[in-house]
Amino acid sequence: MKKYLGPLNRENPILVQVLGVCSALAVTAQLKPAVVMALSVTVVCALSNLIISLIRNTIPPRVRIIVQLLVVSFFVVMVDMFLQAYVYDVSKMLSVFVGLIITNCIVMGRLEAFALSHKPLPSLMDGLMNGLGYGLVLVVVGSLRELLGRGTLWNIRIMPQALYEAGYLDNGLMILPPMALILIGSLIWIFNRKPKNAR
Amino acid sequence: MELVDIFVRSVFIDNMVFAYFLGMCSYLAVSKDVKTAFGLGIAVCFVLAVTAPVNYLIDKYLLGPGALSWAGAWAEDVDLSFLTLIIFIAVIAAIVQLLEMVIEKISMPLYQALGIFLPLIAVNCAILGGSLFMQERHFPTVAHSFVYALGSGIGWLLAIVAFAAIRERLHYSNIPKPLQGNGIAYIITGLMGLGFMCFLGI
Repeated sequence: MKKYLGPLNRENPILVQVLGVCSALAVTAQLKPAVVMALSVTVVCALSNLIISLIRNTIPPRVRIIVQLLVVSFFVVMVDMFLQAYVYDVSKMLSVFVGLIITNCIVMGRLEAFALSHKPLPSLMDGLMNGLGYGLVLVVVGSLRELLGRGTLWNIRIMPQALYEAGYLDNGLMILPPMALILIGSLIWIFNRKPKNAR
Repeated sequence: MELVDIFVRSVFIDNMVFAYFLGMCSYLAVSKDVKTAFGLGIAVCFVLAVTAPVNYLIDKYLLGPGALSWAGAWAEDVDLSFLTLIIFIAVIAAIVQLLEMVIEKISMPLYQALGIFLPLIAVNCAILGGSLFMQERHFPTVAHSFVYALGSGIGWLLAIVAFAAIRERLHYSNIPKPLQGNGIAYIITGLMGLGFMCFLGI
């Protein structure tokens, strides 16, 4: 069990391996889209890992990238339709970034590095854990940005009204794209400070 | 005039890296020195400028709602837009392969300069992102989508070359240990993004 927990901590896909950053930043202005995105990536990653692992012995190595892309995009289309049907507002907010899960390097990276050479069940676990590790960072960044930028979490007001009356203002910069990068940079900083991770 | 407008917008204001974070993975990985960064940037420009118009045509005449109406009255209600993602990524993968072969045939120096980057590009989110954003904007003609794609590519090139140049200088600066490497790279990109936001008013 322990070997699967790496992606949550010391092999975190975003903080350590620097994979799948593209979408991680764009969807984290609020908590809700961040959570939906995290779940979508987890589902796509786990299931495509499973499928690729099941057919790994029949894929000719020369065309494996195309096969992987097709399997992944199949699941992404499913997820996209699911989101449009059940959480339409979030799906509007995520716009093209659901489609971009296809080219998310976490998914492709895990397929290449793990699913092609391992049995189905471990691959499923690996995909799941990497998706969750990715989701963890998304949720942290998403809640920080929403809390500081709008004073809300999941669209519920957290910052008390008294604070605003005392002159507190929302930090509008947090909502803007560059702040996501700076926040993740700071997260990496904090993460690397832990002595056991020190280089 | 409209075309110039789209071009400037896509290079500076809607910059792929700073406004949408597209292509971040290769942006962080291949920016160790200016020369390779430039090579990858040119390759991305090239592929974007080819794939986006092709995808535009496919979207307009094959996939969108009512797009097949040229084939006869029976096709008026056909809407294949659920196939968009799969077709787009397949087109991109195919074009990248094709380009690789064509470049290898006609220009060896160019192939040696771009060769190692081309396979990487098929899974670069900037390319698929370019096509998807283009689709979302509903450009009236192919020329618009071409200009948009070219502008986005140049914006990406600008960002990665500038970033690589800053990174080369970073070797000589004294950064706190836990922040070295990726941490500082993110923060610099964030600061560059703040700088690029000054174009918002144009």
